[in-house]
This record gives sequence, structure tokens and C-alpha cells, in this order.
Amino acid sequence: MDPKLDNDHKDEVEQDEWNLRLYVAGQTPRSIAAFSNLKKICEEHLSGKYHIEIIDLLEEPQLASGDQILAIPTLVRKLPSPIRKIIGDLSDTERVLVGLDLRPAGKRI
Amino acid sequence: MNMLTKCPTGIEGFDEITGGGLPQGRPSLVCGSAGCGKTLLGMEFIVRGALQYDEPGVLMAFEETEEDLKKNFSSMGFDLQGLIDRKKIVIDHVFIDRSEIEETGEYDLEGLFIRLGAAIDQVGAKRVVLDTIETLFSGFAHEGILRSELRRLFRWLKDKGITAIITAERGKDTLSRQGLEEYVADCVILMDHRVVGQISTRRLRIVKYRGSTHGADEYPFLICPGGIWLVPITSSGLNHAVSTERVGTGIGALDTMLGGKGYYRGSSILVSGTAGTGKTSIASHFADSMCSSGERTLFVAFEESPRQIVRNTKSIGINLDQWIEKGLLNFHAIRPSQYGLESHLSTIHKAIDEFKPAAVLIDPISSFLPQGSTSEVKEMLLRLIDFLKTNGITTLCTDLIHGGLVLEQTEVGMSSLMDTWLLLRSLECSGERNRTFYIAKSRGMKHSHQVREFLLTDNGVELVDVYVGTGEVLTGSARFAREAQEKAEARERMQEIDRKQLELEQRRHLLNARITAFQSEFEAEEREVKRLIDQCLSREDLLAKVNEDMARIRRAEKVTP
Repeated sequence: MDPKLDNDHKDEVEQDEWNLRLYVAGQTPRSIAAFSNLKKICEEHLSGKYHIEIIDLLEEPQLASGDQILAIPTLVRKLPSPIRKIIGDLSDTERVLVGLDLRPAGKRI
Repeated sequence: MNMLTKCPTGIEGFDEITGGGLPQGRPSLVCGSAGCGKTLLGMEFIVRGALQYDEPGVLMAFEETEEDLKKNFSSMGFDLQGLIDRKKIVIDHVFIDRSEIEETGEYDLEGLFIRLGAAIDQVGAKRVVLDTIETLFSGFAHEGILRSELRRLFRWLKDKGITAIITAERGKDTLSRQGLEEYVADCVILMDHRVVGQISTRRLRIVKYRGSTHGADEYPFLICPGGIWLVPITSSGLNHAVSTERVGTGIGALDTMLGGKGYYRGSSILVSGTAGTGKTSIASHFADSMCSSGERTLFVAFEESPRQIVRNTKSIGINLDQWIEKGLLNFHAIRPSQYGLESHLSTIHKAIDEFKPAAVLIDPISSFLPQGSTSEVKEMLLRLIDFLKTNGITTLCTDLIHGGLVLEQTEVGMSSLMDTWLLLRSLECSGERNRTFYIAKSRGMKHSHQVREFLLTDNGVELVDVYVGTGEVLTGSARFAREAQEKAEARERMQEIDRKQLELEQRRHLLNARITAFQSEFEAEEREVKRLIDQCLSREDLLAKVNEDMARIRRAEKVTP
């Protein structure tokens, strides 16, 4: 493994503020599952330094275009930048970690 | 009966071939390769819907940004910003970047539905365009989800009663790359952009239209300022109205040859001839004649520029400038190689549509020949002429015949389409070239069968009787020489008669003189004879007197003499 890359990731993880936004459309089983999966991952890897904002597009549809949301549920990592999007119910923890850059992108294309 | 209602696009020709527009409240699929005009069709559908039919619309763009669309369409004359400000349309740019998306488990496209739904509610949209929704396939890895979501989307639009256009890239073997025709099955339109011989032609075809009849051909269309311009020929029919009204040809002698009145209004006239026989002059005369009776004329010129035509016709005493100034004469001058056949047809149509002429001159139709095969050219001209006839426009086409061809044959092979056929030919003999002219046919009128000599003078075209005598036809200086010779001969004959009469007169004089002479001779003789008689008589008297005297002297008995 490239130690330099590893260092980079350490830097990111060490950043203070994690601002996450979860887009859902109503209380569907899928969005509930996504939220609980997210909560679990955050507690495990980002304990104490994350903030989750849930946006229900059924209530605020105009917010869909801001983050170019098409798929539901979508998790957007607003901070640290750059913005990253993860769609789906977040059941594949490994891919969520890769998507959030909490894991080195070994499998990522 | 529950008829399928249609939603007019506002694109004139398109609504004509679809019998009124797209299926109301249903999605239609528009497929085509890149740059064939899909987005324009969609945008025009939205813009015209908002402007002409008071139906607000939403355009969801997956490829171009709102700013790009505004810029691109302002050059076509569409004021998108104005419509957005007036809450008539919504343009929503959907941007998907695969590289920043990670897929983790199950998801759906509810976000897209919500966005579209919000946009629809914002203006109360009746029309939606999704351009090009196939882009989603490159944004999401899970094709199964995508397909079921698209199916749901189209059904959702249908349930909302929205007339939608879904554009798609043309696939290799399928209409759309992702097989969207499977979901959007009511109406499928294929747009095409072909380049043949370096000339591109855009075409549109309705592949399928459930529950409706539609034109099945490929229709050429143009993209011009103002949007899509589709040739509104639905069929080449033979059911146009005919007129018995005549229009002057502009050439007095030709009017006389055509039964004394000229061409039929709305008929098609072909003037064919080899190079330099005066075809354009006949056309110019007709233009002049139409304009001087206050009727609009469109001159479609493929070989000469308008200024050149005006200058050249001035030399035969026709002033076309005045009609241009009065707006009665319009030129549509274009190089034949500029467009393909279909585009030519479209541009001519467009020019006619805009100018609304009573007569159209096409000089020459043979220019189309290099643009396609003979049958294609013929087909195109057939459609053009049918269109003109249907609209009651008198059409005069010139046709350049190259030397060495059979004379009574047009190169485009379309004399049979024409009502009146004027043939010009040049005769070359005794070191000079002269033009002759005759009417090969003219349907529905008694026309002259005479061959005339065609002269271009300072006062325009003159048709002179050719010398037809002693089994030969002479033109030009040969005719002139022969006529001079005939004149001389005639003069000689006259002189001969004069001479004979004079001779007769002289003989009469002679006779009279002789009679007088005889008479005076006779009179002289008569006088002499009378004198002699008198002499004799007086002698007898004297004798008798002597005898008497002698008797008296002799005292003779009285004797009775």
C-alpha cells in the first residue's frame, strides 16, 4: 500500500467537521434503513465529529435541484469537500466507507 | 366514439403529417443521432405550446445547461428567459456525474419524480420534454432499477395527463440506444441527418403512431430561424382545383398561338431548349406580365444572380427593377449545389410560403440533375409541382437540354407532368444559328402548331413566321434572303404585267390611228366620187340642153328625151 495515500486519508479523517446530508422521500422502509445504516457507520468511524441533516423532498421538493438529486435515498457529503454522493440504502458498508473516503479506494474505479 | 385527441406541436408541417400533433396526454419518443434536431423539436414543442396554445411546459435537460439552452435558442428567435419570467416554461438542467456517485444498495429515482413534479406544479405544465433521458444510463450502474423507474416515470406522466416528448439517441440496430421504444410505444418519431455527396439533408419519419393514421414517408425538414420547417406535402395528389382563367404570357404572339389568351392560371409550363435559346427571356416576359397585372411572382434562379437577370432582361426591354421595388417580384437565387434535393424543395416551399406568389418561375429545373438520380429529381419535381398546383400557382419551369439529345425529350423526363410545353431549338445552317419556337403541347386549348422563328429584339421576344415554302423551312438570313428574292420576283411579275398592258394600249392606239386614217381616206374618196358624179350629172344636163338647143335650131319636132 502506498504510504503517501494512507497519510492523505489520515488527514481527511482527522478533519474536525463532517457535514452529511441524507435526502429521502417520506418515511419509506428504504429511507429508514438508510438512516439507521448511516447512523451506525458514523458512530463507528466518525464518533463525535459528524452532523447529519435529513431532507425530506416530499416536504421540500425545491431542494432536489440544488444537490442534483435523482435517486432516493442519496447521501451527500457536504464537508469535508469535495462533495461526494452515495446512493442507495447504504446497506453495503464497505462501499459507503469507500464513498465517504473513509477507506482507501482500493476497489474503486 | 372515443377518438384519440391530439396535441398540436405548433410546427405546421409536423402537425399536418401527424394529423394534428402528438397523442394528447401520452409520451412520444423522438429518436435520432447526434445533431439531428431532437432538442429543437422538443424545445419548439414547449415554446409553441406556451405561446400558441397557452399550455405551459417543462423541459428537463440532461445534457445542456439552462444557460446554454437559452443562448442556443435565442439565435433561433426563441426568448426562453422571457417565458421563464412569465412562468410559462421551466427549464431544469439535470446533471449526473458518475464519478462522484457511489451506489450502495437499493434505491429508486423518486428524486427525479419529485423534481419533475415540482417543476410541473410550478407553472401548471401540460407539456414535458425529457432531453435526453438516456443519459441516466451512464449515470447509474443498476440498469434493472433504471428500467423499471423509467417505465414508472412514463406511466406517471400518462396518469398526470401530460403530453411528453422523450428524446433518445439512435441505437445501432434499435431506434433508441437503450430500447426506450419498448416503454414509449404510442408514438415514435425518427429524425435523421444524412450526408450524400457532401450535402446534408435532414429528414423526419413517423415510425409508429398508435390509433392514428399518419404520413409514412420520410419528410425533409430544415432548421432555420424560427425553428423546424417541415415540407407540408402530405401526398402527391391529383385532386387540385383547376381554373379556366388565363394569364398573359407577356409575349403577344405567344398569346395568339395559345388560343389568343395565354396560359391557364395554375397550370405548369415547361420551356425547354438548348443553351442560349431564350428560355430565361420567355420566363422574364411572363414575370413582367404577371407583375404588371399586380400579381406577385417568385423567381427561383439557379444559374444567374438576381442582378444579372435584371440587367440581362433590360437588354430586351423588360424592366424588372420596378417590380422588385414595388415588392411584386422576389428572387430566390441559390446555387444548386448548396443543398440537397430535399432541402431545395424545403427552401422553395418556405420562400413560397413567405411570399405567397401567384406565379413561380424556376430557372432551370435541370440544375437539380447533379443533385440526385433522375428518379429522385423527378420525384422531387413532381412533389414541387403538385404543391404549386394545389395552391393554384402558375409555374413556369425552364429546362436546359444539352445538344445531341432527342429534341422532344426533357432531360429530367418530366414533360408529361407539364400542361404546356414550349420548345425552343436552334437551327444551324449556312453559317449561322437561329432560334425556332413551337408549342409541343398545351392541354385544354386550341394552340398553334406552327413553327415560329424566335427573335430577341430591343423590345423583347418576337415570334416571326418562318419561311415555309417549296418544301423547306428557312430562318434567319436564309429566310431574309429568300423573302428578298421572292419580293424581287414579285416585282418582276408586276412589271411584266405593266409592260403587257402598255403594249396593249399602244396597239389600241395604233389601231385607232389606222381606223382614223382609213376613215379620212374613205372620206376623201367619197368626196372625189361625189364630185365626179356631180360633174357627170352636170355634163348630162349640159348635153340635154345642147340637144334641145339644136332641135330648136333645126325646128325639129318636139322630141321627148
